[in-house]
Amino acid sequence: MTDIAKPSRRKLMLYAPLAVAGVAGVGFWAMLRGLGDGSFNPRGVPSALLGKNPPEFSLPGLDGIDLPPLSSPDLRLFSKPVIVNFWASWCMPCIVEHPQLIALQRRGVPILGISYKDREADARTFLARHGNPFARLGVDAPGRVAIDWGVYGVPESYVLDRHGVIRWRWAGPITPEVMTESIVPLLRSLESA
Amino acid sequence: MIPELGHFALILAALLALAQSVLPLVGAQRGDIRLMGSAAPLALAGFLAIAIGFGALIWSYATNDTTVANVVANSHSAKPMIYKISGTWGNHEGSMVLWVMVLAICSAAVAGFGRGLPSALQARVIAVLGTISLGFLAFILFTSNPFERVWPPAPDGNGLNPLLQDFGLAVHPPLLYTGYVGFAVTFAFAVAALIEGRVDAAWGRWVRPWALAAWSFLTCGIALGSWWAYYELGWGGYWFWDPVENASLLPWLAGTALVHSAIVVEKREALKIWTVLLALLTFALSLLGTFLVRSGILNSVHSFASDPTRGVFILCLLAIYIAGAFLLFAWRAPAMAPTGIFAPVSREGALVLNNLLICSICAVVLVGTLYPLFLDLLTGQMISVGPPFFNSAAGPLALPLIAGMAIGPMMSWKRAALWPVLQRLWWAACLALAAFLLTLAFVGWHVLPAFGFACAFWLIGGAAADIADRSGLGRTRLANVFHRARGLPRSAWGAAIAHAGMGVTLLGIAGMGLATEHLAALRPGGSTSFAGYEWRLDGVRDVTGPNFTARRATLTLLRDGREVRVMEPSRRFFPQGRTTTTEAAIHTNLARDLYAVLGEEHDGQAVIRLHDNPLAPWIWLGAFIMALGGALSLSDRRMRIAAPAPKRREAEVTA
Repeated sequence: MTDIAKPSRRKLMLYAPLAVAGVAGVGFWAMLRGLGDGSFNPRGVPSALLGKNPPEFSLPGLDGIDLPPLSSPDLRLFSKPVIVNFWASWCMPCIVEHPQLIALQRRGVPILGISYKDREADARTFLARHGNPFARLGVDAPGRVAIDWGVYGVPESYVLDRHGVIRWRWAGPITPEVMTESIVPLLRSLESA
Repeated sequence: MIPELGHFALILAALLALAQSVLPLVGAQRGDIRLMGSAAPLALAGFLAIAIGFGALIWSYATNDTTVANVVANSHSAKPMIYKISGTWGNHEGSMVLWVMVLAICSAAVAGFGRGLPSALQARVIAVLGTISLGFLAFILFTSNPFERVWPPAPDGNGLNPLLQDFGLAVHPPLLYTGYVGFAVTFAFAVAALIEGRVDAAWGRWVRPWALAAWSFLTCGIALGSWWAYYELGWGGYWFWDPVENASLLPWLAGTALVHSAIVVEKREALKIWTVLLALLTFALSLLGTFLVRSGILNSVHSFASDPTRGVFILCLLAIYIAGAFLLFAWRAPAMAPTGIFAPVSREGALVLNNLLICSICAVVLVGTLYPLFLDLLTGQMISVGPPFFNSAAGPLALPLIAGMAIGPMMSWKRAALWPVLQRLWWAACLALAAFLLTLAFVGWHVLPAFGFACAFWLIGGAAADIADRSGLGRTRLANVFHRARGLPRSAWGAAIAHAGMGVTLLGIAGMGLATEHLAALRPGGSTSFAGYEWRLDGVRDVTGPNFTARRATLTLLRDGREVRVMEPSRRFFPQGRTTTTEAAIHTNLARDLYAVLGEEHDGQAVIRLHDNPLAPWIWLGAFIMALGGALSLSDRRMRIAAPAPKRREAEVTA
């Protein structure tokens, strides 16, 4: 491939795979050390924001859907625990968790949705087809708010207490088991507190 | 007693591997025929020892020996026998034993079938394979001993991950590992060539069958994994760009490039350094996948027992093998001078383009998989790289690749003209255009799926055009054409079939682009209409399996008031692991999949999720056609018959 290049430069090129592998190796070693002492956690649970208020944000609403937009003060609006759910129409696990969100909404839990890196038309179709569990919905098309929150991927959900403090985080779909074993007991204890 | 036997067999295998990695190499350096001759018997003995170890582990699982910690952690007496046996490699320790088992089979095959190889090359290849085997046997013995005992024996095992209790997943790992490990052989050939400082056509001829075989197995393994995700996870998708999926896609992409560039080495003695690098890279990516999955670094839906200390061990192995090989490459590669010269527009040129594009896609997938990890490491920031990134970054690269896949095989070696080739492909282009327009006309404004159909027909048409052209269609009598088609080399048929298989897969992917889904909460007796059927929920009842309980819904499909079909999706609950799995009900007629999943039940209502997936089965069918093409190419006469003996002193010595 590099037949025409000068011999000396060509020789240097041949060290490129070694250099790349070396850098990757050092990185992996650092990750493993981090895994050992807990400073590196690829699952991102628990969140660095646990026990804190999430960073300030203000998101526009979704056009054509009759839902108010979402910004930080809204998190304390309901004076009861709320769930913040990051989702996208392109995400398969989001379809899996959707029935559980609907079920939580029926129990009277306010669910605040953040549409993550999605096309508005797709998001509308998704809600029209699967039903709308959200009390408020913000559109985070560039994914900025998700970065501030430290979202690893969609779906991802947070439970906030009535003061807007993050109490729990779940990276992955809310399955019926997650709902009955984690979310429902947590909401009950937060409500009685 | 049997587990100890297995343990000792693995220790013995490690000692044999040590001898296998040193003696033949020393022999080859000194030109000592007796030391070189030790390679084959050592490889065969190592194979026997590992087979005994593997057999002992399977025996422990089959008899549910609860004094073995590994069995207690991963098996259960109530499991059906086939899943007891497949449970042997359904966990970390057992899967590593399977890994070295496949490696030992490969070493034994090089020893047994490689008699036509120059003896120094054979000795070096077997020595390199011995080094790899030694490292992984040490890994098993020091960090993940599958024969660890517990006393007193547990009353029963704790059950296997219920998601893994499935036929697809019983076969998936062996196929995948055969693919990964097969690339260890091409790696060994590349390292041996670097030590010798020589790559020639004969080398290409020896490497290509191994690369092809490994590639075919890997293709099947990935397809089975994707099929499993489709019917078992119950999400209705087939590829999620999940990091673990990507980890298996990376060596496949590099292996695909290798299979193609090895042709150039074999036929034209060009691209030598590049091919050697690809052979190293493919195995490096296989090992990288193993490392990422086992160390717990990756965040994925596919869970595997992970442990950072094991990660450190594998990382050390990786450092030795990959860094060592790349160092050797940087040092020795300049010695390999290219001899074949070719014009940019030629078969070689097309294969270079293929390599560049495939490697770019590989780089995109690698970056997308690793970038979040490195960003997290450097800045503590978590980001997610999802399907939008992969689709929008890999899509534009795949397009010229697909265009070239039909054109490339019809170009001649050394120097070709583009226009005559395009003339022979005009009807494939017409077919593609027709598919595009017909999709838009009948399905509506779905540009991407329509484009997918166009690409699929372009590939299938191109493969047919290639065979027709080689058989002289239009230039000679029809009877003559058939005669010639039968007489074509199997590698030509193999290439055409593999390329058409890619087209078939694209057909399925484009069809899935038109998939629709529907969510309904139904009471027994209630119904909903979807995909041209009336879906009636007759009821949801409890079912008991051997080691699970389940809720099973009965859905009756009606068309015009007549009952057409009954589908029974269920949710299984496994008390041992306190986990639930979905069992999607799938009805397929090859043209479309109707796919039903039972969701949560609430207030007497059951949530039913329905998917209509047009052409979905073709995704995996296409992959198997690709693998079939690889196998056919492998059976080519040229690969079975020894290469026309190159003038080599070693070759004369063995004869």
